[in-house]
Amino acid sequence: MGARYFGAEVRRVEDPKLITGQGHYLDDLQIPGVLHAAFVRSSHAHARIRAIDTSGASKMAGVIAVLTAADFGEQGGKMMPHMVPVAAVKQPLNYQPLADREVCHVGVPIAVVIAESRSIAEDAAAIVDVDFELLPAIIDWRKALDPDAPRAHSGAPDNLVAGLHGRFGAVEDVFAKAPHVFAETFETHRGGCHSMECRGVAAALAPFGGELNVWSSTQAPHMVRRLIAEHLGRDEQTVRVIAPDVGGGFGPKCSLYPEEIVIPLAAIKLQRSVKWVEDRTEHFLSTTQQRDQAWELEVAADNSGRLLGVRGRCVHDNGAYVPYGLVAAVTSLSAFPGPYALEAVDVKVDVVFTNLVPNTPVRGAGRPTACFVLERLADRVARELSLDPADVRRRSFVRKEQFPYSTGMKARDGSPVSYDSGDYHACLEAVLERGGSDFLERQKIALDRRRYLGRGIASYIEDTGLAPFEGATVRVQPSGKIVIQTGAASQGQGHATIFSQICADAVGVTIEDIVVEAGDTGTFPLGIGAIASRTAVTAGSSVHQASVAVRDKAIKVASEILEAAEADLVLEDGVVRVAGSDAQVTLGQLAFRLNGMSGIPMFSGIKPGLEATAFYEARKSTFASGTHLAEVEVDVETGRVEIRRYVVGHDCGRLINPMLVDGQVRGGVVHGIGNALFERMIHDENGQPVTTNYADYLLPTAPEVPRIEIIHFESASPLNPIGVKGAGEGGTIPAAACIISAIENAIAPFNVRLTEHPISPARLRQLIKAATISGETAPIAREEAIMACSIGVKRTV
Amino acid sequence: MSDRPGLEHVQVTVNGKLFERDVEPRLHLGDFLRHELKLTGTHIGCEHGVCGACTVIFNDAPVRSCLMFAGQANGARITTVEGLARADGQLHPVQEAFRNRHALQCGFCTPGMLMTIVAFLSESPTADEVDIRDAISGNICRCTGYETIVDAALDAGRVLRGEA
Ligand code: FES
Ligand code: FES
Repeated sequence: MGARYFGAEVRRVEDPKLITGQGHYLDDLQIPGVLHAAFVRSSHAHARIRAIDTSGASKMAGVIAVLTAADFGEQGGKMMPHMVPVAAVKQPLNYQPLADREVCHVGVPIAVVIAESRSIAEDAAAIVDVDFELLPAIIDWRKALDPDAPRAHSGAPDNLVAGLHGRFGAVEDVFAKAPHVFAETFETHRGGCHSMECRGVAAALAPFGGELNVWSSTQAPHMVRRLIAEHLGRDEQTVRVIAPDVGGGFGPKCSLYPEEIVIPLAAIKLQRSVKWVEDRTEHFLSTTQQRDQAWELEVAADNSGRLLGVRGRCVHDNGAYVPYGLVAAVTSLSAFPGPYALEAVDVKVDVVFTNLVPNTPVRGAGRPTACFVLERLADRVARELSLDPADVRRRSFVRKEQFPYSTGMKARDGSPVSYDSGDYHACLEAVLERGGSDFLERQKIALDRRRYLGRGIASYIEDTGLAPFEGATVRVQPSGKIVIQTGAASQGQGHATIFSQICADAVGVTIEDIVVEAGDTGTFPLGIGAIASRTAVTAGSSVHQASVAVRDKAIKVASEILEAAEADLVLEDGVVRVAGSDAQVTLGQLAFRLNGMSGIPMFSGIKPGLEATAFYEARKSTFASGTHLAEVEVDVETGRVEIRRYVVGHDCGRLINPMLVDGQVRGGVVHGIGNALFERMIHDENGQPVTTNYADYLLPTAPEVPRIEIIHFESASPLNPIGVKGAGEGGTIPAAACIISAIENAIAPFNVRLTEHPISPARLRQLIKAATISGETAPIAREEAIMACSIGVKRTV
Repeated sequence: MSDRPGLEHVQVTVNGKLFERDVEPRLHLGDFLRHELKLTGTHIGCEHGVCGACTVIFNDAPVRSCLMFAGQANGARITTVEGLARADGQLHPVQEAFRNRHALQCGFCTPGMLMTIVAFLSESPTADEVDIRDAISGNICRCTGYETIVDAALDAGRVLRGEA
């Protein structure tokens, strides 16, 4: 098996249709006779519903129906099933498909209008009259556990969703004996996913037999099918869920939403096809987000700056419902101890209800914020001990010879967390070298001209390839073309390309001979979802295993047909040849033979079909890692931050397609730039969303974004047959930490400590001003302050 | 005006083909192209004029089709992403460069990016990186981080200038 495609910068097989406007995203599907839906949503963060008056709306011309929970009987009013039911959730409260009793955030669906056009549906939705009785709302998550705090759900004993705790080592002892302990508080915020395609759902009944077909712009069609079937009390066999081309996911499209239940219910009730496409305002209101955390932490370090332990607490705003388990909070906790060989960790995470849209993972899930606090603590140690921040990392990293390294933490299934492979030091050094040794000099020269340059680094690890599996079938057709079917859905990552690369090499065909069918419960029985940077590891490994099995079978059957020893056969470009002779048989001919002909028996011991199905089972996570370096310039008058340089050292194991990995990394970093500088979802004190368009909620655009220089390391994972780790989120995880570190370094003369993100120009200006007024910036201290926290200054301690 | 009450008559040339429709006055051009003409390559990302996904070329200038009523397009000549490649299927140099440079991931912003860049390069074929970043500053891409889009535009500029 030669590696012709694996590792090469193969152009994507997805692109030809997408660059010519031939993609099929949800709203592009032409469903005959389809009706259009618009939702009536809660305009209050917390209210009781006294009455819903749909009479005016129902009478409008073009309106087919105005439906509320009552119209769907038990299925309209009961709580929706949970995607990841976990025992730790003390109050597992989820949405009703349509609320008829209480609404717990702005944007909760209450009624749906089905009409001949979307504009008619929206007109009618606007005149549905909901009589609300306002209830006190808890918006400030920091206060959610106060005894007298308003309850996010009336009648609930408190606002605690769950209390998580991660601990290892002799924590008290380590902190008591450590020569240095520093305390710090942090506030972090992520914002929304803002896939450029919003969500959407369509449902249609198959003409004969009543199978329910659902199209959803989802990351997890099999999960959606399972939960629709469960909620509707149907056999899974009678529900088919298809994810068409999906215009970005980034996490929130993995949750199950009320609309994914309501649209099928409406289609069944009306016996008509129904479609709903989320608009951007609804996206701001109702698509899950990842918002705030407040951290109180202490770090222990020895005299050399080696990190010894971290302890403290985080309050995590969960929002109003728990549709998706505790994944965002759990991944914050399990991100400890990061890349560091700590002796002790003790971190508690209190997950609390608020009357805001639910908090579920956005690219990186809970890891970027945990990385932010850990990296800020590492920088704090450097600052306090006048060390190069790189030295703190050097002295604290897990060393190459320590892999596999058991951190002391426990995985979600209770097993010990073990880092499989990596070389954190080499990655750090490579990034520093690329960053250049002249920075300090440039920084000084700039400072003389009252220009503020800064440089920051941040390192991270990421658990990727999450359990349990994704499967794949590889089937050769009589035409010779291979079809790969998998449950793993795609939202732009280029999965079809990497699966084709893996399969082409393993079977011995050209990539043009392969098509990939994915994201359709009708073509592959099982699937989990494109989340947690897991598809290359899980589905990629399954494609590899199934391809190897197909090749082995082809060789075996060819040896019978060609009457040659298996060892003498060569399979290349879809043809099995006998070495040194003209005898050959094509894969298509083998498939034709194996697909069977009436009256002709199969070869003995050979099962029909030239195909194989594999389920690579991920038992343990693979750990990707890396270090980022950013150089910024801060305009201290305006608070504007310019990112002048960005270097990424990235290790996701073996690269299937470096060009695609680079794409994942760049996109991820830019998402992190948004989290560092721009993206903040603001709600007022009543829980009304304030930033509901792209003038108020800022996303990074091309002029603000630097070129991203990427250095790859390939520490193969020993845990899967192709040695890969996930690459979807590593770009995002350390980016905010890295940029904020660089900003702090740039404004070191003002002695400002930055412990939050995002930081807007106004906020930065405010912090600088406050420091200037408090007189802490003696000009003499400037240079020393900068020296004390600049990277790349080698000192001996 | 249309003969049908309350509707407007629109006659518009899209990708070289003439279309005539009676439309509601409030129908925006993006929805008109997508739902009336079934040209679904033009995407709707925000409907408030910021994301640029809906960009089409309108009498040689890039416009946001969500910010314009279909009625305003009466008599206009429009190119959408479906009309970029030649009739024989040969891709426009910007499309070709997008594929070569991996300038798209989910592809949802792509039609708007392509139309913006095609219009921009036809005016400014010698544009440099800063110009290009500026030209696409009204197009949001959540997937790529923009760099490969910029590279694709630079490549395409070279092709259009006959240098590559
Ligand atoms: S849809 Fe027109 S600019 Fe966003
Ligand atoms: S490629 Fe997905 S938004 Fe640009």
